[in-house]
Amino acid sequence: MSELNWEAASVFIAFFALVTVLGFIAARWKRGDLGKIDEWGLGGRRFGPVITWFLLGGDLYTAYTVIAVPALVYAVGAFGFFAVPYTILIYPLLFAAFPRLWRVCRDHGHITAGDYVRWRFDNRWLELAVALTGLIATMPYIALQLVGMERVIEAMGFRGEGAWSHAPITIAFVILALYTYHSGLRAPALIAFVKDVMIYVFVIAAIIIIPAQLGGYGEIFAKAEQAYAGKAGAGLTLNEAQYWPYITLALGSAMALFLYPHSLTGILSASSGDAIKRNAIALPAYSIVLALIALLGVMGHAAGLKLDNPQDVAPRLFLMFFPDWFSGFAFAAIAIGALVPAAVMSIGAANTFTRNVWKPFIEPGLQGEKEAFIAKVVSLVVKVGALAVIFLAPAKFAIDLQLLGGVWMIQVFPAIIFGLFLRRFDGRALLAGLIAGLIFGTWLVWGPKLTPITPLPGAGVGVYAGLYALALNIAVAALLSAMISAAGRRAPQAVRVGD
Amino acid sequence: MKLLLLIVPCALALAPWVYNRVEPQLFGVPFFYWAQIALIPAAALATLAAYLMDRR
Repeated sequence: MSELNWEAASVFIAFFALVTVLGFIAARWKRGDLGKIDEWGLGGRRFGPVITWFLLGGDLYTAYTVIAVPALVYAVGAFGFFAVPYTILIYPLLFAAFPRLWRVCRDHGHITAGDYVRWRFDNRWLELAVALTGLIATMPYIALQLVGMERVIEAMGFRGEGAWSHAPITIAFVILALYTYHSGLRAPALIAFVKDVMIYVFVIAAIIIIPAQLGGYGEIFAKAEQAYAGKAGAGLTLNEAQYWPYITLALGSAMALFLYPHSLTGILSASSGDAIKRNAIALPAYSIVLALIALLGVMGHAAGLKLDNPQDVAPRLFLMFFPDWFSGFAFAAIAIGALVPAAVMSIGAANTFTRNVWKPFIEPGLQGEKEAFIAKVVSLVVKVGALAVIFLAPAKFAIDLQLLGGVWMIQVFPAIIFGLFLRRFDGRALLAGLIAGLIFGTWLVWGPKLTPITPLPGAGVGVYAGLYALALNIAVAALLSAMISAAGRRAPQAVRVGD
Repeated sequence: MKLLLLIVPCALALAPWVYNRVEPQLFGVPFFYWAQIALIPAAALATLAAYLMDRR
C-alpha cells in the first residue's frame, strides 16, 4: 500500500482531466450572460427535469456520503442505515413544499433563502440570520468533501510529508475554483452527468461482484454478525434504545437537507415547479444507490478487513476485489463526486453572502456585473477557507462542525417552510425562535465529545438535538407571534403565496 | 388522499418497530435492510401517484 498504484492513478487522472475540460466548456452551454448573478449562480433557471436530476443527484449524494455511510455501517451496523429512512423522507417534503418556494423565488427574482425571507417577512435581520446559518453550516460541509477526496487519493498509495500530504487536493481545488469562477453553476451541472453515470456503474459492479466473491449475502451478513457481537450499540438490527435516535436523526436530517444553500441552489436552478415535482419522483433512484453503498460497510467485515479508520472500508474493498484500473475508475467517481457538491456549495454560499450580507449591509445599490463579480470572488474565498480548515485543523474538527451545522440548519425550517403555508408567524418572532434554537441546540450538543443525541427528560429515550432545539424554536416563534398579534403590532407581510 | 400518499411512506420509514427484524430474509439479506431499501421505490411510486392526481 505504500507505493503509488500507477494503474489506478492513471485512470483517476484521466477522468479528472476530462471533467476539468468540461468545467471550462460549460460556460458556453445554454449560453447566458455570466456577468449576471442569476446566470452565473443559478444557471439562468434553465435546467429542465433531466439536468436537474443529474445536478441534484450529484449535489446531494456527496463523496463524503459515499465514504461516511459505509464507514458508519462498518462501525455499528444497523444504526448506520438511518441514512435510508432519511433519504425516503426528503422527497415527499421536496414534492409538497419546494415547487411553491420555487415559484415565489422565480416571480420575485430571489436566488437564496435569505432573499425569500426578507421579501416574505420584511425583516433584514431575519434575512441575515438565515443567511449566516446557511453559510456557517456549509463551510465544514465543503471541507468534508476534501476529506472524502483525500481518502481515495490515499487509497491509491499517495503519501506525502506534512503539508505535502495535501498537495493533490490543493491542486484539485485550485482547478475547481477556476472553472467554478469561470462557468458558475453550469460547470457542476455538466460534470454531474459524468459523475453520476460513473457512480451507478461502480456501485452496480460492487454489489454484484463483491458478494459473489464473498459467498453471497447470507454469508456476508453471518460474518458481519460475528464482527458486531459484543460491541456496544452495534448489531445487524437496532436495539430498542436506538429506536428514537434512529427515527429523530433521520427526520431531523431530512428536514435540514433542502434548507442548505447548496440544495436550494440546485432546486431554484430548475426551469419549473413541475421539474422539481418530477425529480421528487425520480431522484430516489440515487437513494437506492446510497443504500447499496451502505451495504459495503457490512461487506467489509465479511472480507475480513480490520480497519483503524472505518472510512477506509469502501476504498479498501475496491482495491481487494477489482483490478487496479477499475479501482481507479471508482476512486475517480468518488473524487468527482466531491467536486460537484463542493462547486455547488461554494456557489450557494457565494450567492448567499453577496445577496444577504454584502448587499443589504455594505453596498445597498449592488447589482449587475458588480454583484456577479463579488459572488465569483466569494466562491474563491469559500474554497480557500475550506482548504485552510483541512491544513490547519484535524479532520475531526470538520466532522464536528458539520454535525453542529445540521443542528443549526434545521433551525431555519420555520422561517422558510412555515412561511410558505401559514400567515400566523411574525418575522421578529421567527428571528427570536431561530436564535433560541441555535443557542439551545449548540448547548445540547456541546461537551468534551460532541453528541447529537440528547436524552429526553423523563422519557428515558434519546432524541436528535436538532429536533429538540427546533421544538423550542417553534414554541418561541409561535408564542411571540401570538403576543405581537394580540398587541396589534403585526408587521406587514408579503401577499399570500397562494397556489 | 394526495396527502396520505406522501405521509404513509414517511410514517413507515419512521417505524423501526415494523422493520427491525432479521426474518424473513431475501437472498440472505435480513428484513431490516431489504425492507427499507424496498420502501425507497415504493415511496417514489406513491409520490408519482400523488403527482398524477395533481395533474388531473
